[in-house]
Amino acid sequence: MNDLIEIRWHGRGGQGAKTASLLLADAAFNTGKYIQGFPEYGPERMGAPITAYNRISSNPITIHSNIYEPDYVVVVDDTLLETVDVTSGLKESGAIVINTTKSADYLKSVLKGYNGAVYTIDARHISEEALGRYFPNTPMLAAIVKVSGIMTDEALLEDMKDSFKHKFAKKPEVIDGNMKALELALKEVKKI
Amino acid sequence: MSIRERLSGNEAAATAMKQINPDVVAAFPITPSTEIPQYFSTFVANGVVDTEFVAVESEHSAMSACIGAEAAGARAMTATSANGLSLMWEMIYIASSLRLPIVLSLVNRAVSGPLNIHCDHSDAMGVRDSGWIMLFSETNQEAYDNTLMAHRIAEHKDVMLPLMICQDGFITSHAIENIELVEDDKVKEFVGEYKPEHYLLNKNEPIAVGPLDLQAYLFEHKAQQAEAMKNAKQVILDVSKDFEKMTGRKYGLFEEYKLDDCEVAIVCMNSTAGTTKFVVDNLRNQGIKAGLLKVRVFRPFPAEEIAKALSHVKAVAILDKADSLNAAGGALFEDTVSAMYVNNVHVPAINYIYGIGGRDTKADDIESVYKDLLEITQTGNIENPYRYLGLRKEEN
Repeated sequence: MNDLIEIRWHGRGGQGAKTASLLLADAAFNTGKYIQGFPEYGPERMGAPITAYNRISSNPITIHSNIYEPDYVVVVDDTLLETVDVTSGLKESGAIVINTTKSADYLKSVLKGYNGAVYTIDARHISEEALGRYFPNTPMLAAIVKVSGIMTDEALLEDMKDSFKHKFAKKPEVIDGNMKALELALKEVKKI
Repeated sequence: MSIRERLSGNEAAATAMKQINPDVVAAFPITPSTEIPQYFSTFVANGVVDTEFVAVESEHSAMSACIGAEAAGARAMTATSANGLSLMWEMIYIASSLRLPIVLSLVNRAVSGPLNIHCDHSDAMGVRDSGWIMLFSETNQEAYDNTLMAHRIAEHKDVMLPLMICQDGFITSHAIENIELVEDDKVKEFVGEYKPEHYLLNKNEPIAVGPLDLQAYLFEHKAQQAEAMKNAKQVILDVSKDFEKMTGRKYGLFEEYKLDDCEVAIVCMNSTAGTTKFVVDNLRNQGIKAGLLKVRVFRPFPAEEIAKALSHVKAVAILDKADSLNAAGGALFEDTVSAMYVNNVHVPAINYIYGIGGRDTKADDIESVYKDLLEITQTGNIENPYRYLGLRKEEN
């Protein structure tokens, strides 16, 4: 009961926040946990703000509502910071992980006095370096694993290698790039 | 050994259908059940099942094709949601009155309008008097398990009625959760082969299906349908017992969660029961004797059993995820209070309409219901038994 971890993802349609939440659920499942991974469906269109959720626990999870007091929040797109109340209900004992290159002062100004830990990562740079294209979800997945300590870096890399093999069975050329994106993200996520 | 997996509710339903390997699946896609025929058509394309998949042009035709297939002597399945079920409506009654044990996976969603694709139970409640057996599922696991049990119940010679398995649209249909799957060979053995007693393709016994049935006998035929629905209760219990032997997972007509010693109880169905369990645990830690009765079998309605299970509580709230718009109360509420009345159980009862059109039901909402019940146990006052839960307050 006590080890329940709740995570809320904020992204924009098309950036893969939903997929990232499902991949995180998969990876945690493979370490033996009970998991939930679910998106909040709205008017689905490219670019619209979307929310997705994860619950991860050592015990069966019965609650079936959205998450209002998350332990962690992941922001996949920093243009949401001024329009979505991303820290709503976020526990101060937890943390927020943001894909951004913006300054600490700017982040403080938009996070509405949130006193918990703030982590940033430049997922665009990582994705473009590793994959040659902008897919922020893979680096963000690694970042939240690192920050939350849901599993070790090694367990994540091991597990994702397997799941990328299945996911990209028809385009194996992107597997190495995605693995590189994970590795870079594990190193580059930093607390401000 | 069961197989540890993680699947969405739709994947769970499709997986059960794959393992059952029915003769015919006829379906038309509609959110949020679309993925079920989508996954299933992949199984067909990959040759994993022998099923004849009929990609019909509407839900009316989907149910019609299932009726034709079952009447011919085949085992038929389909899946739908909301307005898809509405379009089937005419054929839903034909299926049950022809005593064809079709199995339908219903992913619950609000019936329009205005247009809404999210979860409530208005689709299921619209067919509650159509003569279908209706099983509700809290989780992906229960949606899967209920599907594996469905044919054994529906095809039983004392029943011969169609059956629908309900689960909450998006809330469970699109959420990935842990699940324990049964091995393919065990499922095959458990479900068994369908051997209909009478069927159209039996050349040794020419029969007519669905002829004119007027004043002389329709009444008797309806009474037989009603009798079959009564018989279904015991058959469901027997099949559930066999299922428990295979999996260790116990199912009854309803689940009692910390109900036997509780003072205040909630009655509800599907995923909200899970949230309610979470709240019951929290309240129990605070010394409040809260309990839950989760209805699994809504049709046939286990009236006597539910009345008995609630007879000791001091106050009960019945939660309906569909409004009957009758100025009196939701369907589950009315069935529950009438069950109590005729069984001489007199427990103060209130009704909450909740979660309409996908409005999220939070743990706080459920907790507020228990708080209302506690107040009723102290004051004895029920000013308005027909209430809303989670409705926006009027803004000034």
